[in-house]
Amino acid sequence: MTPTPKRLLILIPAFNEERAVGGVVGEVRAAVPGTPILVVDDCSGDSTRGEATAAGAQVLALPHHLGLGGCVQAGYRLAYQLGYDFVIRVDGDGQHDPRDIPVVLKALEQGDCEMVIGSRFVDGNGTHTSWLRAAAIVFFRAVLRPILGRPVRDPTSGFVGVSRTALELFSATFPLEYPEIEALVVLQRKRFRFVEVPCRFRPRRTGRSTITAVKSLYYMIHVLLGVFVNVLKFERRRK
Amino acid sequence: MDRLFDVIAIFSLVLIVWVLSSVRREHIRVEYSVSWLLAGAVLLVLASWRALDDSIAAALGIPDSFMALTMIAGAAFLVVLYRLSLRISGLKDSSITLAQQVAILEFRLEALNEKIQTPAR
Repeated sequence: MTPTPKRLLILIPAFNEERAVGGVVGEVRAAVPGTPILVVDDCSGDSTRGEATAAGAQVLALPHHLGLGGCVQAGYRLAYQLGYDFVIRVDGDGQHDPRDIPVVLKALEQGDCEMVIGSRFVDGNGTHTSWLRAAAIVFFRAVLRPILGRPVRDPTSGFVGVSRTALELFSATFPLEYPEIEALVVLQRKRFRFVEVPCRFRPRRTGRSTITAVKSLYYMIHVLLGVFVNVLKFERRRK
Repeated sequence: MDRLFDVIAIFSLVLIVWVLSSVRREHIRVEYSVSWLLAGAVLLVLASWRALDDSIAAALGIPDSFMALTMIAGAAFLVVLYRLSLRISGLKDSSITLAQQVAILEFRLEALNEKIQTPAR
């Protein structure tokens, strides 16, 4: 008997990405033909929704702006309800190269882990990283190492694939503002596993990053607090 | 020093009147006004009743009764702010869940409509 093929959904969170999202959807369609693509529009003020629809994606339109975590979780919730086995998230600004989706999918299909992180550092490909992000990555690598019990090279990567088990978890519990790092600790609390695979990252296609030194400091404090709170929950669960 | 106590008493009276007026205009719901009214009332009593301030200051080992009053006032407002933070956090969580559910339902409804409108082959 032939096993039922696993169902994959590509999730693209987008906020005011009208100039990039169509191209990203097109690239995803070329990389994994026939795979459903869901753009989660975080109540953009521009024509992100129209561009995504025109490019061939389905759009989950949020009624008000929730921020990245709320936006991604909405997609996870829908994917879980619709019975998808794997969800791979690709950012709507074009920084992730959709040609690497099969690499992430292959790692997920091997079934050794619940989450796969597309990492810009596994093969030393982190050339398009700003110095602020690079500093945050180095800092959080050091913070996460003892918590996760193993190194993680690219904890801030949003190029992430999750299995249905992780999808169920993230549908119920997902960090809302800066989700990537805290999500790793949430996974660890459940004893879920993750792997990193090498992926290509590119400069963003349009606009420019809004990250400033002050925002980076706020980001680091916020995420550090989130990690700490999750570790407290972890300790309570063990008792 | 007496003038400072008077200023605090006037401030607390203004706060109480302001909150009551906001409740009357339905700018604040009654349940959220209670904390502010309680804080204002405590402050008013302390600012008007010097003997009580002196006793509290002595009990806390604070040399100055005005300092005791400001400490208690600060603590009362911190409690109010904390209660409001709890409330806001709860409301934000509910609002996020609600927004996600609305979006998902709308998405599924549109899919259903398309399915109904597509003629069966």
